Amino acid sequence: MGHGGGGTLSAELVEHLFAPAFGGDVLAELGDSAHLLLGGARLAFSTDSFVVRPLFFPGGSIGDLAVNGTVNDLAMAGAVPAYLSCGFILEEGVELSVVGRVAEALGEAARTAGVVIATGDTKVVDAGHGDGIFINTAGIGLIPDGVDIRPQRAAPGDVVLVSGPIGVHGVAIMSVREGLEFGVEIQSDTASLAGLVADMLAVCPDIHVLRDPTRGGLATSLNEIASAARVGITLDERALPVPDTVANACAFLGLDPLYVANEGKLVAFVAAEHADAVLAAMRAHPLGKESVAIGHCVPDHPGMVVAATGLGGTRVVDMPLGEQLPRIC
Amino acid sequence: MKYLDEFSDPVLAKRLFDDIRAVTTRPWSIMEVCGGQTHSIIRHGIDQLLPEEIELIHGPGCPVCVTPLEIIDKALEIASRPDVIFCSFGDMLRVPGSGRDLFKVKSEGADVRVVYSPLDALKIAQENPDRQVVFFGIGFETTAPPNAMTVYQAKKLGIANFSLLVSHVKVPPAIDAIMNSPDCRVQAFLAAGHVCTVMGMGEYPELAERHRVPIVVTGFEPLDILEGIRRAVRQLEAGQHTVENAYPRAVQAEGSPAARAMLSDVFEVTDRAWRGIGMIPQSGWRLSPKYREYDAEYRFSVTGIQTEESTVCRSGEVLQGLIKPHECAAFGKECTPRNPLGATMVSSEGACAAYYLYRRLETPDKEASSVG
Repeated sequence: MGHGGGGTLSAELVEHLFAPAFGGDVLAELGDSAHLLLGGARLAFSTDSFVVRPLFFPGGSIGDLAVNGTVNDLAMAGAVPAYLSCGFILEEGVELSVVGRVAEALGEAARTAGVVIATGDTKVVDAGHGDGIFINTAGIGLIPDGVDIRPQRAAPGDVVLVSGPIGVHGVAIMSVREGLEFGVEIQSDTASLAGLVADMLAVCPDIHVLRDPTRGGLATSLNEIASAARVGITLDERALPVPDTVANACAFLGLDPLYVANEGKLVAFVAAEHADAVLAAMRAHPLGKESVAIGHCVPDHPGMVVAATGLGGTRVVDMPLGEQLPRIC
Repeated sequence: MKYLDEFSDPVLAKRLFDDIRAVTTRPWSIMEVCGGQTHSIIRHGIDQLLPEEIELIHGPGCPVCVTPLEIIDKALEIASRPDVIFCSFGDMLRVPGSGRDLFKVKSEGADVRVVYSPLDALKIAQENPDRQVVFFGIGFETTAPPNAMTVYQAKKLGIANFSLLVSHVKVPPAIDAIMNSPDCRVQAFLAAGHVCTVMGMGEYPELAERHRVPIVVTGFEPLDILEGIRRAVRQLEAGQHTVENAYPRAVQAEGSPAARAMLSDVFEVTDRAWRGIGMIPQSGWRLSPKYREYDAEYRFSVTGIQTEESTVCRSGEVLQGLIKPHECAAFGKECTPRNPLGATMVSSEGACAAYYLYRRLETPDKEASSVG
């Protein structure tokens, strides 16, 4: 299970097993989406599979996630998402009314994101061989001229921005999946970020890196970027936007909000001279109104993320091994 | 954040650091007993900011770390049985037994489930009357009462397919064992606040007097820990050795009478082996004869276990505060969270894991930095 958690084990599975077996230069980049040159156009191409439980949760459903997840992977290349494919794997016995609700949510999310579901597929597996509904989506989008957004472009001096409170989706899922109640209902932040990215690119086409910190949370995304660009990243722990509800739930479970999943947030690396303009553009968008700067890229400790603690000490923010596990006490 | 932010306020923390600096005139070694405190100290960098005369020694209070290898192996054997649903808190799943862990057993097809409460395991037993449901009951005085309550409920409700694999341990006998060690360097203790929330402070005055050692009951947030250290240093500088409560918002002198009554009904005190340390007399609990039928060891007759510990792992010395994690030759090399040789590298409360996660700037690790 740890190999699906988005941490070190996931990265090893892809780098050491899939990439050598599949071959090809495009895959070697290992970004959230591939950058393709086709007939003179620069395309971003991405795929993702969704196996979330439960199918419906506060603030969304597997249908929203299946659209927003792939749309956001395209947007993190600076692409304007255009077309999606959609594959349903249904477990025998799942009620058609449930499939219908998921399909409606999926269609609504596509309309909101401004993408067209262009093709699809349906398979049914025997009862007991699935988990109700699995969805795979793939998508393509056009990368505007002059835009070159890749994790390898992070450079010392870059300011690290995040578009709002972190850890919300993961805690929302835990609150329903594990039957935990945290006093207040926590809504998932699932959303399409393509519009926010477009507004950011309008003020600064030279954004270096964008990443949506989904599985493995913000800490995993930052470690991946630090590793890809061979730069160090320093965070100011007190600047991290952790809502009280998330912090309380994480304290209760012994989890670190930095490693909890998001579905509607992005992290951006921009040169210092553009940081204020990009931050202002983010704050002017409904999905980025709580954006903040959380740290910098530095030449020290390449490949490593280090946080300045609230008390004035420092700590390494490591890549998680697999899924975080709740503590015993 | 309400209830937590005010206990990590940097202005108040600076005042406490200044106070500690002002009263410290010579070197002192203070042990924080609990792994949760160790985690907080390393995560917030508290030890980096203390005067260099103050050495914090990390104690044995990580329940995952001290659970004996034999019990882990018994858990693996019971969990492997096809009629069993084995329930555990999450952090036990990666702890290595002799050659494998609960994750490995799960991947081989065993029904291993992570739960957030022992009562969840009891519910699973009610929903699966044709299966045996076993809950892995480990931990200190903090987790023992809910586990006792669950067995009490199982008996009351007549749920016959539930049992507990018990490996509960008690803090005061461990403090006594540490002070009795000829290599002991500990001059004061930060006692685990949540243990005292349950048990009260009654067991400590005799220990403080006999070993002439200050014991300060301490919480887990940065300011809690700094206040504990400040009080311990003041006592040491004044040549005192009393028991103080620096965690009054959670700890009453008498503890929780209801929890203690539940413990004494369901459990009885027994000798218990601590992983890496060895046998400590009267340091654990097992189910009392009245509840023996709910004891998984008894129910599944798990015998003939041959355990095999790593020969290079020095986690026992780490747990007794004799060495710091990075002083072990295997630290960060043969032993990482990916390939742990001992439980102290696995548990999120383990001292080795805390050093590995948060302190690799000081102890660089080639393996981890090449993966990513």
